[in-house]
Amino acid sequence: MTSKNLSDKPIGVIGAGNFGSVIANIIARNRKVLLYARDEKVVHRILDKRENRGHRMNKHVIPTNDMAFLASQCDVIFPIVPSEHFRKMMKKLSPYLHPYHILIHGTKGLDIKLPKGESIETVAQLNRNQVKTMSEVICEESVVVRVGCLAGPNLSRELALRQPGATVVASHFNEVIQTGKKLLRNDRFQVYENNDLVGVELAGVIKNIIAIASGALSGMGYGENAKGLLVSRGAVEMVHLGKALGGSTSAFLGVAGIGDLVTTCNSPMSRNFTVGYRLAKGEQLSAILDDMEGIAEGVNTIRIVKKCADYYKVRAMITETLYKVLFENLTVQKAVQYLMRYPLNVDINFL
Amino acid sequence: MEILEEKKNKNRAYKPILDGIPDWPVYQLSKNRKEFLDEVTRKSIERIRKVRPSRKQLIDELEATVYREQNRMKRNRWRVDPKDEPKFWSGIKNELVILSSKRSEEGGNLPAGQAGKEEEILERIVHRYANEIAGKFIPNKYRLTREILKFFFARLLNGARVKKFGAFFRSKYTLRDKIQIVGKVKMLRRLAKQGTVVMVPTHFSNLDSILIGWIIHSLGLPAFIYGAGLNLFNIKIFAYFMNSLGAYKVDRRKKNVPYLETLKMYSNVALQKGAHSLFFPGGTRSRSGMLEKQLKLGLLSTAVEAQRNLYLENPQENVRKIFVVPVTLNYHFVLEAPDLIEDYLQVKGQNRYFPEEDNYGSFQLIKFMFKFFTKGSNISVSIGPGLDVMGNYVDDNGNSLDATGRIVNTRDYFLTNAKVIEDEQREHEYTRMLSQKIVKEYHRINRVFASHLIAFIAFEMWQKKHPKLDLFGFLRLPEEDLEIDYNELKETFKRLRKEIYKLGEEGIVYHATHLKGDADLVINRGIDNVGIFHLKRPLLKNKKGNIITQDLNVLYYYHNRLAGYDLEKLI
Repeated sequence: MTSKNLSDKPIGVIGAGNFGSVIANIIARNRKVLLYARDEKVVHRILDKRENRGHRMNKHVIPTNDMAFLASQCDVIFPIVPSEHFRKMMKKLSPYLHPYHILIHGTKGLDIKLPKGESIETVAQLNRNQVKTMSEVICEESVVVRVGCLAGPNLSRELALRQPGATVVASHFNEVIQTGKKLLRNDRFQVYENNDLVGVELAGVIKNIIAIASGALSGMGYGENAKGLLVSRGAVEMVHLGKALGGSTSAFLGVAGIGDLVTTCNSPMSRNFTVGYRLAKGEQLSAILDDMEGIAEGVNTIRIVKKCADYYKVRAMITETLYKVLFENLTVQKAVQYLMRYPLNVDINFL
Repeated sequence: MEILEEKKNKNRAYKPILDGIPDWPVYQLSKNRKEFLDEVTRKSIERIRKVRPSRKQLIDELEATVYREQNRMKRNRWRVDPKDEPKFWSGIKNELVILSSKRSEEGGNLPAGQAGKEEEILERIVHRYANEIAGKFIPNKYRLTREILKFFFARLLNGARVKKFGAFFRSKYTLRDKIQIVGKVKMLRRLAKQGTVVMVPTHFSNLDSILIGWIIHSLGLPAFIYGAGLNLFNIKIFAYFMNSLGAYKVDRRKKNVPYLETLKMYSNVALQKGAHSLFFPGGTRSRSGMLEKQLKLGLLSTAVEAQRNLYLENPQENVRKIFVVPVTLNYHFVLEAPDLIEDYLQVKGQNRYFPEEDNYGSFQLIKFMFKFFTKGSNISVSIGPGLDVMGNYVDDNGNSLDATGRIVNTRDYFLTNAKVIEDEQREHEYTRMLSQKIVKEYHRINRVFASHLIAFIAFEMWQKKHPKLDLFGFLRLPEEDLEIDYNELKETFKRLRKEIYKLGEEGIVYHATHLKGDADLVINRGIDNVGIFHLKRPLLKNKKGNIITQDLNVLYYYHNRLAGYDLEKLI
């Protein structure tokens, strides 16, 4: 039995970034929302001007700076903060959480625990004991068990314009999926169900790698053939990486996998795409990241996933080549040459 | 042959936590047996009706049940099966035939006059199952069995070990010298006073069932109700002991819905009534010799359900909590090892299914017991920490704790909108989480014996010398060709022992105290003790002092005990 009628408690959203604000607005069409912002100025701005990050905020969105208050008021919380701050945020939130809370996160990144003084590059090996998805972080840091995630082709700007779009709510718990569905669904926003939580999370994470590659191809001025090649080979690589890291094949073929992949690979709006694009134009990575608003999750993901692929002995051509482009000064041109010459001609080998 | 002695044993006698048998929950159950079984029957029927709501679905289910039961009787009938079985089922079949022929006469509609007929049939089936499953706990028989066991064990031990005239009647040694109980004993005793304990041991040998009965008694706990495989009851001597220890019967041949629901409800209701319970969540003996990795969720789910029901029915009060206590049993020797590993390899190698056979009758068991008590080979039992039904650790007062040590209210796990509700899918997921936690605990509280480690090392060293062969190819090698240089083995042993110590400090696995000390001594103990009573020994030393084997399959079995700790990387 899943609860058909949600109680009238407000819904919590943690993180007043781009995507967080959009999700808060979507939910606010159905319910009252408490939106947590770390920065008090943001709270005031939303209160005074009803505006955040270029989004007009719905009047049912109430900004707050108080996590304890948010957790006590809301049974359902959507944490949407960048992966590098996620664990810290959970540690702060955890004391106020109870096992009846439902947490549905919308963060497409990985968490990584390293021994002191080590970095991703210096550590001897990286495997799933150190690399966690956000839902795993939630379970490690709190007593919450009813965990889910949002993933799919959800470009904030298009959602804000109420263009048609869809998302996947994934969870081991039907009640979490149904709750997420009930809160998010509207006539312009379709919500799909999936119970392979880790698979859907990984799909959303790994596709960012391919998005950077797609940006790079665009930056080189290549056309649709190249993109078609990349998307299809990228999808295969995603499946192999995802399986090694604990997801099932099917999660990668759905809205959160192929769906999100196609969107991000075609979207100059996406930050990951932009990184690749500017790289191809000859800019340095550090320079690109310095003047970027927000975080391109894909850059970190490449570092982590490449190291994991080494450990699990998965061949991930695109990821490895892209790693060389980002961190070992390989030019995009050379990278493309290398990939095109590589003698590997099996189309599909995972079904 | 050297007898493995543990360091001075701290095991002592524990006082019973409840004074008289009449106070025991299990006694209360058996005293009100009829009412109890009626309740189980009633609730099981409710449950089945929920899963099969329409008349048609129910009748289909009943037909499937009869079909399967008749098939079972034809193919795999056991000594313990009741004599009137064929008659009962053919009776049911006839009634179902009449019911469905009437249905077709009336053009597919169920006959109105026969309304409730299928319910009545269901009730008869469920009631029969409930009676089949239920144990009969009789205090006098329990006491008698206890005394017989104590007397019998003590005579064997003393007669064999103390070589003096009259030793037979002394009581220098007790069973406690043969079986070490380590781990969270005090906690278990405390939890058994405050709540209901569900003990979930690993399962390696048919002897486990009796051993664990003795352990429960010697820890001063009241008798538990236990789920024991019905196949055990084929062996008369087991049947006697198990019946008097309060066992209920789990028949793994019966996979039909009415049976499974009745079995689960039996455990569920008993738990709600506060009867401490025990079942082997692996479902059957570990065929490979590995610690259980995958548990059966059926009976385990009853712990979660019973806890939820207690919360549901007592919204305000403090309710009796259910505590899950993992236990590992550690042996140097498993009587059935050669057959178990045979089964495992056959199934794994060819994907074929082999029906369960027990090649050990009463006589073999007595012979084994005699060997066991006269020759040494100790057993150790690790009692794990208490968990709540969500797999959280609990403190001595039974409070659930989160990873940071904060107290968690277990009731909160069952709330939706501040109300306890029944959510089957959610609880299924909870059960899965609990099972993963139990598996983790098994690996943690597992105690490494010298014999396990030596078996592991020898097998891995040999396998490493044949990198091109897969497991089955390797196992087909002639045993005569295999030999390990003693010094080589010793080096590896030292390296791995160090790693085991390290893992011990990290809280990943325990080790027996006999693992410490002079390497030669420990290695020799290990070799002498691994699979000590098998006709073909898994490990021996030859004249040159090197290591040889007589049975690679059995060595593989003992080796598997340490699978899953990534130790093979150090070979």
